[in-house]
Amino acid sequence: MSTNPPGQARRTPAPPKGTVGIGQPEPVASPVFRENAKKQLQNTLMRRNMKHATTTIRNKRLLRVAEVPNWDEVRAQGAGLKDRVARHLDYYLAMAEENLIKAGAQVHWAKDAQEANQIIVSLVKAKGVDEVVKIKSMATQEIEMNEALEAAGIAAWETDLAELIVQLGHDRPSHILVPAIHRNREEVREIFNREMGRYGTPPPKNMPNDPPVLAGAARVHLREKFLRAKVGISGGNMIIADTGTMVIVESEGNGRMCLTLPETLISVVGVEKIIPSFDDLEVFMKLLPRSSTAERMNPYTSMWSGVTPGDGPQEVHVVLVDNGRTKVLDDPEGRFVLRCIRCSACMNKCPVFERVGGHAYGSVYPGPIGIALTPLMRGIDSPIDKSLPFACTLCCACDDVCPVKIPLSDIIVHNRNRVADKKRHDIHPHLETTVMIPADWAFKKAKHFELVQKAVSIASGIAFKNKDYLGPMPWPASPWTRARDIPAPPVESFRSWWAKNRGGAK
Amino acid sequence: MSSRDVILSRIRKALSDVPNLPPEKDIPLNWEYGKPLAMDDVLDTFTQMCLDYKAVVERVPVAEVPATITKLVTERQVKTFVVPAGLDQDWRKAAADGGAKLIEDDPPLSSPELNDIDGVITAARVGIADTGTIVLDHAPDQGRRALSLVPDLHICVILADQVVSDVPEAVQRLKPSIVAGNPLTWISGGSATSDIELSRVEGVHGPRKLLIILAE
Ligand code: SF4
Ligand code: SF4
Repeated sequence: MSTNPPGQARRTPAPPKGTVGIGQPEPVASPVFRENAKKQLQNTLMRRNMKHATTTIRNKRLLRVAEVPNWDEVRAQGAGLKDRVARHLDYYLAMAEENLIKAGAQVHWAKDAQEANQIIVSLVKAKGVDEVVKIKSMATQEIEMNEALEAAGIAAWETDLAELIVQLGHDRPSHILVPAIHRNREEVREIFNREMGRYGTPPPKNMPNDPPVLAGAARVHLREKFLRAKVGISGGNMIIADTGTMVIVESEGNGRMCLTLPETLISVVGVEKIIPSFDDLEVFMKLLPRSSTAERMNPYTSMWSGVTPGDGPQEVHVVLVDNGRTKVLDDPEGRFVLRCIRCSACMNKCPVFERVGGHAYGSVYPGPIGIALTPLMRGIDSPIDKSLPFACTLCCACDDVCPVKIPLSDIIVHNRNRVADKKRHDIHPHLETTVMIPADWAFKKAKHFELVQKAVSIASGIAFKNKDYLGPMPWPASPWTRARDIPAPPVESFRSWWAKNRGGAK
Repeated sequence: MSSRDVILSRIRKALSDVPNLPPEKDIPLNWEYGKPLAMDDVLDTFTQMCLDYKAVVERVPVAEVPATITKLVTERQVKTFVVPAGLDQDWRKAAADGGAKLIEDDPPLSSPELNDIDGVITAARVGIADTGTIVLDHAPDQGRRALSLVPDLHICVILADQVVSDVPEAVQRLKPSIVAGNPLTWISGGSATSDIELSRVEGVHGPRKLLIILAE
């Protein structure tokens, strides 16, 4: 995490310690998923809110999807188009760049988070301002841009209602779609009362905790910032390669404010966010709103190609960010995750995410997409990244809802294999690898297998005496048995039963 | 090497397993673009879907558009309107008849000036029935983007033949605007948030009141 130069006061509320970004120089300080999950599970309010949110959106999504007669064909088309882009990314990036420039935008390329932040900081500084308004964006969270700007003495104001609650609450988002879902209305009221006045227009006196009143306070607080902002920062849902058009899909109108009122606009976009042609918009404008907020269409979508004379920002920058995406592309089994349009449907469907919430994942990308994507982008060196692929029951529910048909569970298994391969090279023995070497021997020959089964049956007669399961066991089995019971093996194996009863009848 | 070259060469290296074919040959797709969606009545569906978002919809014959504007302005007691340069003369007059002061965006108003204006009247480019969406392409009869964003009330007049069944048809109709370099704003209902306990609040930053006049 960035720190302010000595003597310089913070401009914006400080987030909690520990990085969740991707590609930051410091190692990830977050503990492994299992420990995070345990802590989060004790937060009953968060669990109740998360369950309410995921269930509501999930059910509504089913209705909206059922209204589209050819939903599966649209999904397949979306998947195919995104595969085209990923498999010919150099071609489409060059096309997008050419058309963006033709339309009057300035294009910048960033290899990693650090370079992206350097570019953004210097663009903002060149404008001589010390604050920016920004739209919620996964890319800017991933590179931890707000903290980089803060370190340079520039305040980045979040303008999405939920992100404002998170920012003023010195907090982190818990869900990519409804980032403040872990807060209830009373907490929001307290946060607004405590913090708003420190950073701008205070809320009205004796504000009740009604959502419309709270939203009204945010409208007034942010309006002041929108009207004076000289620089706006956004992400981008799509870049249309053949026209050089950027697309932002949103609900509240804060996006339109940031994209329209400032003189300078900087959009930070992952290199994979391209769609080939304006025609293809029909596919993604159908898939995204219905999968994301479960609406037929989201309230506002903005599209712009570079600079429009006399309308909106007259200086437009697009920062194309790699930050690990080419690493993902380099893995033919993993590269399908680059189809992702960040709709969050998989999260709302995931039984693990529903219970532990977004904070447990130690990454800006939680849930199924997070455990598929993060270990590919960030690697599997840190304890948290090693643990992510196991935050999953392999129920495959996420595969069914993904609007671009990403084989999420396959990629999660692929990530588990990568972690297991890596463990094999470690010096410490792990239960699974220790067990798997003898298992390898046992499964290779029928004779070996019979021997093992006999031994197990004798041993279990002792271990499982008077019970049909084993609870927590000492090391090296402890990591496995801490959260799982081992059922007693049958007293007789199928093979020996077969030999006794049917063995003669060939 | 520039970062651009580094990224592009990383990509080429990562894709060494991909055959050197044009993208359309590598991943062939069979898709019919711009297909309409079968529905009983496009205008009925459009109206229904807009009402679903709690927008106000007035369906009137084209000749009655000015009278409807006057009625809405009087009812809502809107004091000031910003008018796009290319707005229909009769519509302007109708708003003035309703008692509103019309303000031109010439020279362009500053954001704080716009913020003090109550409403805006615009035309539209395309309507989408299946999703209840209005698309502005910010031609002179709609004005630059800030005009239909900052004031709190938006009266939007859309003509029956601008309304299509579904998103694919709309995208085809909007192509000339994008090719001409225009920005687009897709509006479905109006500003809304469900960020606090998932309870839907209409109106955060965009115009909190969207009044649609569908002219047949
Ligand atoms: S397969 Fe794993 S990640 Fe996907 S929904 Fe099931 S538990 Fe969640
Ligand atoms: S993986 Fe699929 S379902 Fe999940 S966020 Fe991405 S596009 Fe949506």
